[in-house]
Amino acid sequence: MFISMNWVREFVNLDGLDLEKLIRRFTLSTAEVEDIYYKGNDIKDVVVGQILSVENHPNSKKLHLLKVDVGSEVLDIVCGAPNVKVGMKTAVAKCGGRVPAGEINKATLAGYDSYGMCCSSAELGISDDNSGIWEITDDIAVGTDILDAYPIKDIIFEVDNKSITNRPDLWGHYGIAREFAAVTKRPLKDVEIFSDACDSGSVVPVTVMRDDLVYRYISLKISGVTKTVSPMAMQIRLYYCGMRGINLLADLTNYVMLELGQPMHAFDARKIDTIKIGTPDKPFKFKTLDDVERDIDENTLMIYNNDTPVAVAGIMGGLDSEIVGTTDSVVLESANFDGVSVRKTSSRLALRTDASMRYEKILDPELTMTATRRFVKLLKDIDPECYIDSKLNDVYVKHYPVITLTFDKKYVDRYTGIEISNEQILETLNSLGFDASFDGEKFTVVVPSWRATKDVTIKADIIEEITRIYGYDNFKIVTTRSPLKPVRAEVCKDEDYRLKDLLVDKFNLHEVHSYIWCDGKKYKKLGIDVEDNVRILNIATAENGTVRNSMIPTLLSMTYENKSYAPAFGIFEIGRVADGTADNGYCIERKRLGITLFDKTVSEKELYFKMLAMVKFLFKSIKKAEPTLAKVEVRHNWQHPKNTAEITYDSKNCGYICTLHPTVNQKIDKNASIVCAEIDLDEFYLTKVCDIEFDEPSKFPSIDVDLSLIVSEGQRYADIKKCWETLNLSELKSDSVIDTFELAGVKSITVRLSFSSNDRTLSMEEIQEQTDKILENLKTIGVTLKV
Amino acid sequence: MDENTGKIQQAFEERIAEIKSSAELEQLRIDFLGKKGHVASLMGSLKSVAPEKKKEFGQTVNKLKQQIENSIQDKLEKIAKLEEQRLINSAEDYDVTLPAEVERGSFHPITVIQREVEEIFRTMGFTIEDFKEIVNDYECFEALNIPKHHPARDMQDTYYLSTGDQLLKTQTSAAQNAIMKKYGAPLRAVFPGRCFRNESTDACHENTFFQMEGIMIDEDISISNLIYFMKTMLSEVFQDDITVRLRPGFFPFVEPGFELDIQCRICGGKGCPSCKNSGWLELCPCGMIHPNVLEAGGIDPEKYTGFAFGLGLTRLAMMKYGVKDIRVFNSGNLKALSQFESK
Repeated sequence: MFISMNWVREFVNLDGLDLEKLIRRFTLSTAEVEDIYYKGNDIKDVVVGQILSVENHPNSKKLHLLKVDVGSEVLDIVCGAPNVKVGMKTAVAKCGGRVPAGEINKATLAGYDSYGMCCSSAELGISDDNSGIWEITDDIAVGTDILDAYPIKDIIFEVDNKSITNRPDLWGHYGIAREFAAVTKRPLKDVEIFSDACDSGSVVPVTVMRDDLVYRYISLKISGVTKTVSPMAMQIRLYYCGMRGINLLADLTNYVMLELGQPMHAFDARKIDTIKIGTPDKPFKFKTLDDVERDIDENTLMIYNNDTPVAVAGIMGGLDSEIVGTTDSVVLESANFDGVSVRKTSSRLALRTDASMRYEKILDPELTMTATRRFVKLLKDIDPECYIDSKLNDVYVKHYPVITLTFDKKYVDRYTGIEISNEQILETLNSLGFDASFDGEKFTVVVPSWRATKDVTIKADIIEEITRIYGYDNFKIVTTRSPLKPVRAEVCKDEDYRLKDLLVDKFNLHEVHSYIWCDGKKYKKLGIDVEDNVRILNIATAENGTVRNSMIPTLLSMTYENKSYAPAFGIFEIGRVADGTADNGYCIERKRLGITLFDKTVSEKELYFKMLAMVKFLFKSIKKAEPTLAKVEVRHNWQHPKNTAEITYDSKNCGYICTLHPTVNQKIDKNASIVCAEIDLDEFYLTKVCDIEFDEPSKFPSIDVDLSLIVSEGQRYADIKKCWETLNLSELKSDSVIDTFELAGVKSITVRLSFSSNDRTLSMEEIQEQTDKILENLKTIGVTLKV
Repeated sequence: MDENTGKIQQAFEERIAEIKSSAELEQLRIDFLGKKGHVASLMGSLKSVAPEKKKEFGQTVNKLKQQIENSIQDKLEKIAKLEEQRLINSAEDYDVTLPAEVERGSFHPITVIQREVEEIFRTMGFTIEDFKEIVNDYECFEALNIPKHHPARDMQDTYYLSTGDQLLKTQTSAAQNAIMKKYGAPLRAVFPGRCFRNESTDACHENTFFQMEGIMIDEDISISNLIYFMKTMLSEVFQDDITVRLRPGFFPFVEPGFELDIQCRICGGKGCPSCKNSGWLELCPCGMIHPNVLEAGGIDPEKYTGFAFGLGLTRLAMMKYGVKDIRVFNSGNLKALSQFESK
C-alpha cells in the first residue's frame, strides 16, 4: 500500500521533523516499509502557461507552432499534442527546466525552434494520461510555478501489505497518521466530517437477509451532483497511491477508502430503490463493472436492488448500476461485511479488489458512519450544489463487544525485561487511541473500536503496543536467569547422526533429500508402481498425489538421474514415509533410512554382499550385535523376487535389503548393479542395545581347523552353522568363511573353526573328536567333507 | 713399543683407510680383533716375553687393542652416516602437488547446518527434539492459536491428506504443543524439521524446506532475553558479532510477534543490492509465545512466559553457502550436493 506523507500531514503536524527518518522508524514501530519515492523532486522550472496562438507546422501534419505566454515572456514552442487550442492553459517546461524524463533544452523540430515543452500530466508523473497536454483550470495564474499550483511534491512510501494483515486500522492514511502521532508524541487531528443530522426525507430501505454475514449497512442518497471531475489535487493523490481518477463520485469513494480504510460504493440512484443483502438460492451469472461475467454461487453475499443483483458485497459493483457521466444522484453504501465470507468469495472468484482486501482484515463497523459523513463533507466542499436526498439509513446488525483489559506493572515488566515507566505506558496507549488509566495498582485499558475486531483482545496484545512504540532498539540484551539442568538430545537424534557419520565417512555414501510424495512420471519411466497409499488431496501435479510408502523409489529416481556422476556411488536419505493407515483413520508415519548402491565395476552379487556387510555393520556399531537376515516375500514390484531379505533384530522386523527386479534394474542401467536397503528407524531405535560381554583372551594357543565342505544347491550357511552351534562346544570360539567357490556345478565352502581353551593347550585328539561330531551333524543335512 | 706391535698398528691403519662398507669393516675387525686375529696372536706371544717386560708388553698390546676398537667404532659410525646419506640421496623426491584423495561421501548441506545450529543450542542448555512430518489440524493450527478462518488454513497453502484432518506440516511450530505437553515448564527446546507449503517452485521458492523452531519457557522470560538468545545464536552461526533488530511482525502463535533482521554482513548496514539497500536482512520470525498457545500446551500463562522463534534452515544454508537456487537441496544432484563435505 502506498502512503502519501502530504496526506498523513493533514492529520498530524510533522513540521520540523526528518520525514525519511520517521518513515524508516515506521518499519521498527509498526510495519515494514518497502520503498520510499520522492515525488516532484525531478521537476524544475515548469510553470503555468497560456497558449496565445496556434499555427500549423508547415513541415508536419502532427506538429503545431505555438506562442505561449509563461508570464515572464512569450515562448515559441513546437508541440505535437492533438488538443492544443488558443486560450488553453497548460504546464510549460522552460529551457533549463526539468521533467522526470530529463532536462528541457531548446530544440529544433522539423526546422522550427522550440523554446520549451508543453507537458502532459503523464510527463509530469502525476497521472498516466498521455493523450494530450495537461489542460489546467482557468483559475491558476499564468507564470505560477507548477509545484506551487499543485501538490506535486510529496513523499510516498510503500508498506508491505503482508505486514499489516493483522491491522485493519492501518489500511487508510488516518490510521497511519495515528502511528506517526504516537511515535512523535504529537496530537492526531480529527477527521472533518459532515455533521448535519440527515434525518429527514424518505429512506433508501435496507433489508439484511443474512445477518450472520453483515455487521452494518448505511445507505444515503445524495442528489444534485453537478461536478463530474475531481479536483486535480485529489487526482494526484489518488494516482500517487496507485489508483486512477475515473469520475468525481467514484474517485471520492476511493479517496475515502484510502483515507479511512473503509470501502464505499456509489450506485447510480436511478438504478436503486430498495437494498437487500443476501445470498442467492441458486447460482447465476453476474457481470461486474470490470465487464467480466462471474459465477455467483449460493455462498456469495450479494447486494440486490429489489431482486436484481447489483453488486458482489464487499468486492465489486455490477456493470449496470455503475456511476456514469450523466449520474447526478447516487445511493451511497458504507457497509461492514463479514471478513471471512468476503475473503472466501474473493478467492473463489479470483477477484481481489482494494475493497475485499480491506474487508478481509475485519474492519471496524464504527468506521462506516465516519466514512459516510466524510464522503458528504468532501463532496459538498467540491460541489456545494449537491444535497442530501434521503434519511441516513443505518442498519447496525451486530456490534463488537467493548474490550476492557486490566493488568499491573509487573505483568509488563516480566514481558519486557526492562523498566518502562507508568507514565510512558499511559502516554503510549492513549496516543494510540486506547483509553488507558492507572489507579495506583492496576492499569485499565479500553480498546478502541478500530483495534477491537480481532487485533487486540487480551492483555498480551497490549504489551506489543507499549513495546513497539517504546522501540525494540532501546531494549537491553540480557540472558535469562533460568536454572541450568542437564539436557539430552532425543535418542533418535543422536543415532540419526551416528548413522549419517558412518554412511558418509566409512561407506562413502552421499546424503540426499527427496520429496515425500511419489513422482508419478519418474516412477513410470523406471517401471515402478505407485502403490495405493495416503493421498495428498490438493497437490498441483495430480500424478504426484500419493505419499510414498518406501524411501527406495525416490532414491532410485535419483540414482537414475546421477548415472553419469560416477561409475560407482551410493546415496542415502533419512526421511519419512506413510505406511498405510491405523485404526483411527490416521496414516502411520515412519522414519526410514533408505540406501541405494549403484556400481558398474562389480557384480550384483558382490554389491549385494557389500550392502549386507554395511547393514550388519550399522547394527553392530549402534546395537552392538548383528541382525539376522532371511529371505522374504516381496512387497513392491521393483524388488527382486528372489533376492529380497528381511532384517530381523531383537525379534523386530527392521527392514530389508534387496536387489532390483530385472526390468527396473535394466530401465535404470543395463550395465550397472544396483542394491537397496531400507531400515525402519522408528523400529530400529526401539530395539535393545546389547551389553558388551568381555571374554578374557586365552593364554593358551588357539588351533584353527579348516574344513572344505561340499554343499548342495540352495544350502544356506545358517543351516551349516547350526551343525556346530547345536553342539554347544565351549572350546569352539569362532567360525568364519574363508572361501566359497563353484567348479563344474559343485559348490564348496571353506569354513575355519577356531578352538581354544582357557585352562590348557588343547590336544589334537580333543580337537579331532569335536570336529568329528560336527562332521557327523553336517552329514545329516547332506554336507560332506571335500576329499 | 715392540716392533710387531708397531707393524700391526701400521697395517691396521693402512687397511682401515681403504674401507668403504660395513662388511669390509667387519672383516677388518675379525682380522685384527677376532680369536685368531693379529691382536690375539700378539697376545699369544706374551709367554715368550721376558718376565720383567711382560707387564709393559701387556699394556702395549691392550692399548693397541683399545685403539683398534675405537677406530673401528668411529669408522662404523662414519659408514652408517654415509649409508644414511646415500639412502637419502637416492630416495625419490615425491611430488606433493599430485592429487591424493581418500574417497568419502557427503552430508546434505541441511544436515551440516542443522547440526551446527543444534550444537549451539545444546551448549546453551536446549533439548533437541525430533518431530513427525504428518500432523493434524490441531497440532498445526488449533493449538497454535490459528483460528478457523485464518488465511494460513486456506487450501492453497497447505497440503491436506486423505486421512482425516491430517496434513503435511506447514511449520515446525506444529511440534510446540506436543513438546510443551511432554516436558512442561520450564523448558528449552529446539526442534528442526521438514515443512511443506503448497506453492509452485522456482529459484527462491520450494514446497519442501527445513526450519528449526526453538522455544524457551520459564517464569520471567522477556523480550530482552529473546534478543539475547537470537543474537548469541546468530553470532555463533556466522562466527561473527551479529547485530540484530526486532520489528513488529504478525504470527498468530506469538504476542507480541516480531520479524528479526540481521545487519547486512556484505555492506555492514550501509545498504547494498543484496539487502535491497536497507542495510538489513530479514532472517527469522519470532515472538513471545501467545498465552493461548501456552495454555493449550498445559502451561499456565499467568505464571510462565516464553519466546519462540523459527529459523529457516534452508534459507540459512543458502546464505551461508551462497546457493542461488533453492531447488538444489531436493534435486538429488550429486554434482552439487557432494560439495558440502565437511561436518
